[in-house]
Amino acid sequence: MKTYLAVSAIAVAAAFAGPACAQQLVPAGSEIAFTSKQMGVPVDGKFRKFDAQVAFDPKKPEAAKIGFTIDLASVSLGAAETEAEIAKGDWFDTKKFPQATFQSASVKAAGPGKFEVAGKLTIKGASQNVVVPVTLAQAGANTTASGAFVIKRLDFKIGDGDWKDTSMVANDVQVKFKLALTGVGAL
Amino acid sequence: MTSGPTDRYTRTAIALHWLLGLAMLGSFCVGLYMSDLPLSPQRLKLFNWHKWAGITILALSALRLLWRLTHRPPADLAMPAWQQRAAHLTHRALYLLFFAVPLVGWAYSSAAGFPVVVFGVLPLPDFVAPDKALAEAIKPLHGYLAYTLAALVLVHVGAALKHQFIDHDGLLARMWPARS
Repeated sequence: MKTYLAVSAIAVAAAFAGPACAQQLVPAGSEIAFTSKQMGVPVDGKFRKFDAQVAFDPKKPEAAKIGFTIDLASVSLGAAETEAEIAKGDWFDTKKFPQATFQSASVKAAGPGKFEVAGKLTIKGASQNVVVPVTLAQAGANTTASGAFVIKRLDFKIGDGDWKDTSMVANDVQVKFKLALTGVGAL
Repeated sequence: MTSGPTDRYTRTAIALHWLLGLAMLGSFCVGLYMSDLPLSPQRLKLFNWHKWAGITILALSALRLLWRLTHRPPADLAMPAWQQRAAHLTHRALYLLFFAVPLVGWAYSSAAGFPVVVFGVLPLPDFVAPDKALAEAIKPLHGYLAYTLAALVLVHVGAALKHQFIDHDGLLARMWPARS
C-alpha cells in the first residue's frame, strides 16, 4: 500500500511538474461555435464560457491529455427567445446538466501540425466517442488549435420530444473550435 | 350581362392573376397566424413556408410585370374618368406592393440572422447584413405594407364586384378563368 501511494504521488507530481502541463487556455482568443440547420437554414451559436485542461507536447502527442468543460448555459444564439428555449429539458436541460465535457483517450500525429484527438464527448448525460482533427498554428508564444467535427444531436437527446423530427432541425450539428494556448512547445 | 366583353386578358395574365391572388391570400393569413405563436416546430415550419411562398410570389410577380409590360391589356370599359384614374392608380400600387412586401420580408429575415433558404435547398443571398436593431426596425414595416396590400386587394375586389353586380358591364369576365 505504501509503495502504491508513493508511486502514485510521484506520478501525480510528475504530471503536474513536467513541461507537458504548462499549457494555458487564453479565453479571449478562443471560440467554440456550432451550426445547426433548421429547414435548410444555417443557425449559428457559440459558447461564451468554457475551459480546457491541456497537457500536450508536440514531440510526444501520444502522451497528451486534453480535457474540456463547456458551460452550456453560456450559449449564445443571437436571439433571447431561442436561448430561453435551448435551456429547456428537450434541449440542453442546463438545470440538470450544466456542463458538457470532453476527455481525450488518445492523440495521434496526422501530418505536420496536424493531430487526431480521439476521446469521449459527454452532453446531457450521454457519452459518445468522437475523433476530432486538430490543426496547430504557432505565432510567437501563442499556439492556436483549431478544427471542426460533426455530432448527431439525437445521440445526446438534444432536441427531444416535439423537436425530434430531423426534417425540421437536422441531426448533424457542425462544431467548430479555435483554442488559443500558451506554453505549447515548438512544433 | 348587357354587353359581353370582346376583349379578354391573355391566358397567362389570367393564370398569374388568380394564382398570385390565392398565394398572397394564403401567405397573408399564415403571416397573421404565425407571428404570435410560441417557439415550436409548428412555428418554425410556418415561418419557412411563409418565406418560401413570399419568394415564389416575388419571382412570379417579376414574371407578371414583364408579361404586363409586353402584352397590352384590354382597353378600359366605359366608366367615369375618376373611376378609371382610381383603377389605374390602384393597379400601380398593387404592383408596387407585390414587390415591396416580399422584399421587405426577405430583408427582415436577413437582418434577423436567418437567411432565406427557398424550399430548404436554395440559399438566397442576404442583401442586408444581420443586425438586430435593423431587424426590429424593419419588422413592423413588413406588416404595414402587407396590411396596405390587403386593403388595396379589398378595394380591387369591391370594385370588381360593383362592376359585376351593379354596372353589369362584363368587366369581371375579362379576367374570369373560364369563358362563360
